Amino acid sequence: MNPNPVILITGTRKGIGRYLVDYYLKKDFQVIGCSRSESDCKHSNYWHFCADVADEKTVEKYFSEIDERFGGLDILVNNAGIASMNHMLLTPLKTLKNIYETNVFGTFLFCREAAKLMQKKKRGRIINFATVATPLDLEGEAAYASSKAAVESLTRIFAKELAPFGITVNAVGPTPIKTDLIRSVPEEKMKALLQRQAIRRYGEFKDVAHVLDFFIQKESDFVTGQVVYLGGIS
Amino acid sequence: MEEITAIIFEAINQINRQLDIDKQLVKSEAAVLYGPSGKLDSIGFVMLIVNIEQRLKKKYKKAITLTNEKAMSQKNSPFLSVRSLTLYIQKLLAEKR
Repeated sequence: MNPNPVILITGTRKGIGRYLVDYYLKKDFQVIGCSRSESDCKHSNYWHFCADVADEKTVEKYFSEIDERFGGLDILVNNAGIASMNHMLLTPLKTLKNIYETNVFGTFLFCREAAKLMQKKKRGRIINFATVATPLDLEGEAAYASSKAAVESLTRIFAKELAPFGITVNAVGPTPIKTDLIRSVPEEKMKALLQRQAIRRYGEFKDVAHVLDFFIQKESDFVTGQVVYLGGIS
Repeated sequence: MEEITAIIFEAINQINRQLDIDKQLVKSEAAVLYGPSGKLDSIGFVMLIVNIEQRLKKKYKKAITLTNEKAMSQKNSPFLSVRSLTLYIQKLLAEKR
């Protein structure tokens, strides 16, 4: 069996997730990706499955397959996420439900199934995705920011519940990065947001990868339940 | 029925390997799994249940969730003993068929 670490990243069709696939393939990891549709990555160390991250039966099925194919899982990166920006008076409940399904239910489900595999080896790393929109309480982002607040809470509680199994659970909270997630946000709104950061620039994929590397490294086995925001937001 | 009990015993074997001798579970149908007179702490109990669920999934190709709300609120907990858990799993498997 391939001795290199097995990392599962959700939401790998585009954006940060797609970047992370190449990033960890270059580090010789065995990379598993997941998204609603097929991936364009054809690397021999990459295995992709198509799933809605909140579909319990499908997700359980694929985790069984991961166990059979890779003999377990070392790292989970819960990157899959959706956003919707609107005033709360104009936000349909359906929008909120969709966002919570992917961001909260999906994160919960993947954490649970990953932890079941990781606990067998008494080690594992789980990294969730938070956002600076939560501590900044950004207007127009009630649905997204509150869903990520739930992810932060899950991260801290899972860190406690999974510590006896040697599994750490942390989160990274990126600043705005130029991806589809912020495509529809007006430029001036983005500029105003950047002004609230200590370091006033857009985030880059490599900024996120750097935090992931820190959480993943062997020496970080005493780091858990933490949410690291980028750009000087706290 | 014997097949299910065997699965529970296999899981107990594996969990026992990680426990101190005085905390280890006895492999008998009457053995108390969880409760005031049980030896397992909450983490040990979680480990045992996850282990049994994974073995059931492998054996019967079905995802069985043992700790649903109904089970946890039953007056007579199915997790009291190996025997009660065996009967409970048998019922869940029958419902899945």
